[in-house]
Amino acid sequence: MIVGGIVVITSKNAVHSAMALISALLAQSGIYLMLYAPFVAGVQIILYAGGIMVLFLFVIMLISIERTAKERQFNKQWLVGIAAAAALGGLFIAVYTKGKSLFPEGRVTYGEGQNIQDVAALLYDQHQGMYMFSFEIASLLLLVAIIGAVVMAKKRI
Amino acid sequence: MRWLIDYIQSYLSSNQTPGAAGNWFWATVYVLLVFVGLSIAVIAMNWLERKILAHMQVRLGPMRVGPHGLLQPIADALKLLLKEDIIPAEADKVVFWVAPFIVVLAAFTVFVVVPFGPTHAITDMNIGILFMLGVSSLSVLGIVTAGWASNSHYPLIGALRSSAQMVSYEVAMGLAVVSVIVMTSLNAEGTGTLSMIGIVQAQQAQHTWFVFKFFPLGLIGFFIFAVAMVAETNRAPFDLPEAESELTAGFHTEYSGFRWSLFFLAEYSAMIAVSSIAVTLWLGGWLRPFPNALSGPTWDLVFSLFPGLAFLFLGAMCFYNTARMPKHPLFKIQTIGLGTFGAVLAMIGLVLFVPPVRERVGDIFWFSAKVAAFMYLYIWYRGTFPRYRFDQLMKVGWKILLPTGLVLLILTAGAGFLEDPVKEWLKHVL
Repeated sequence: MIVGGIVVITSKNAVHSAMALISALLAQSGIYLMLYAPFVAGVQIILYAGGIMVLFLFVIMLISIERTAKERQFNKQWLVGIAAAAALGGLFIAVYTKGKSLFPEGRVTYGEGQNIQDVAALLYDQHQGMYMFSFEIASLLLLVAIIGAVVMAKKRI
Repeated sequence: MRWLIDYIQSYLSSNQTPGAAGNWFWATVYVLLVFVGLSIAVIAMNWLERKILAHMQVRLGPMRVGPHGLLQPIADALKLLLKEDIIPAEADKVVFWVAPFIVVLAAFTVFVVVPFGPTHAITDMNIGILFMLGVSSLSVLGIVTAGWASNSHYPLIGALRSSAQMVSYEVAMGLAVVSVIVMTSLNAEGTGTLSMIGIVQAQQAQHTWFVFKFFPLGLIGFFIFAVAMVAETNRAPFDLPEAESELTAGFHTEYSGFRWSLFFLAEYSAMIAVSSIAVTLWLGGWLRPFPNALSGPTWDLVFSLFPGLAFLFLGAMCFYNTARMPKHPLFKIQTIGLGTFGAVLAMIGLVLFVPPVRERVGDIFWFSAKVAAFMYLYIWYRGTFPRYRFDQLMKVGWKILLPTGLVLLILTAGAGFLEDPVKEWLKHVL
């Protein structure tokens, strides 16, 4: 995943970057699998690797590769970028070294065979379903995005 | 040494898939068996497609290599392996090299969860159908990159067409699949399942194949899937990405030799994969036909004789054609060859009558027979339907299949919700 991520930003060719991004996303779904979350892993493959990246490639292919490869790739914000990366790295190191005292002891393990049913219960169950509202809000956000796209694409509705 | 034998034998007594039992040895054996079986199926499919298409068009098809062209696929494979492997000078070498492997990997990986029987699957995942749809959707990446990396006009247009087509038909396909998953949750506990084995067991528990459930809702869902799966695999009448009259060969125009054969392999195994999804979801997977009308031990026995009878029939066909072979001395080797082939098929048929074998292969046979029916349909479509125009294709996908799928999903959920109250009410009234 890290190798994929590095290739994404170093590769001069946009299509190579996109393919590296796909491998990074697939590796991420592998991490979800190792965390006993097969449902999230499957959705990751379908949505990101399968759906979104195809559209990415679709758009990239319509751009002239020769011209983009010649352009300078680094912009002027590298100082801010380094600061942000250092902050994030410091956070990771802090979590890694002091994680035991920061987080509650013990890891919650879910049964591998019940993952989808557990997710569904968290979303919709009458007694323990606490994420129903946030789920609906997220779908409303997507609806707004769809309507926005239609409004922008069509001059006259 | 002893522990190894114990380890191998420990699986045989367990009633699980090797993946669920966590047995590495049998998992490897199953993977190899599925791989070999799939390769043989693709080879057989190659021969059958050419033969059946030829007979549909009143031609003979391959006749020269082997009796009735039986050895033609092997000759073709040899030719492809020996052919010069050309990479166009202006192509993007790395992407050009990777693309066929993405397609093949995506096409073969899905067979991890295909249930050939209650225990005859490599593994049973909790996310079974989601995994299958997800991994098979990765093959579009391979097609797009193949078309782009060739750095040529026809492949690029083919790749763009194919990505647009596969992405849009995936939506309708997903809706049809969700309606089946809603059907699986119609039990006492109200919990559905995405696992491939679980879906077939749900059909067993509800005593109906989902294609007949809530008639005609199941049938409509099946129809949407059957159309979308042809579009997903880029086959006629939706074979616009490789429309030879417009695009030479579409996304794989620049590929030759071994790489081209990888695309070929991937296309056919993807066809088998989507057909097995359709069989698992709507046609009861490994369950034998007529479990309700023709039940009881006698009928069980009769249906368990089918695998052997099928092979005996194939053997008899071979013998019939051996007898019809020209009597000229030049045809002697071909006649002997066809006779031997028939004898081998008949022997397999006889072995399948032995009771222990009979009990174990019954589920695999019914699953394969249903998938084979779909394979025949694919060839039939190709022989009969004219190709769609691209705007017609998009219209069918977005304006017909997608709204139908949405309405179907709502109706299925409603029917599942109202099933018990309506039954109660009917009982009350009558």
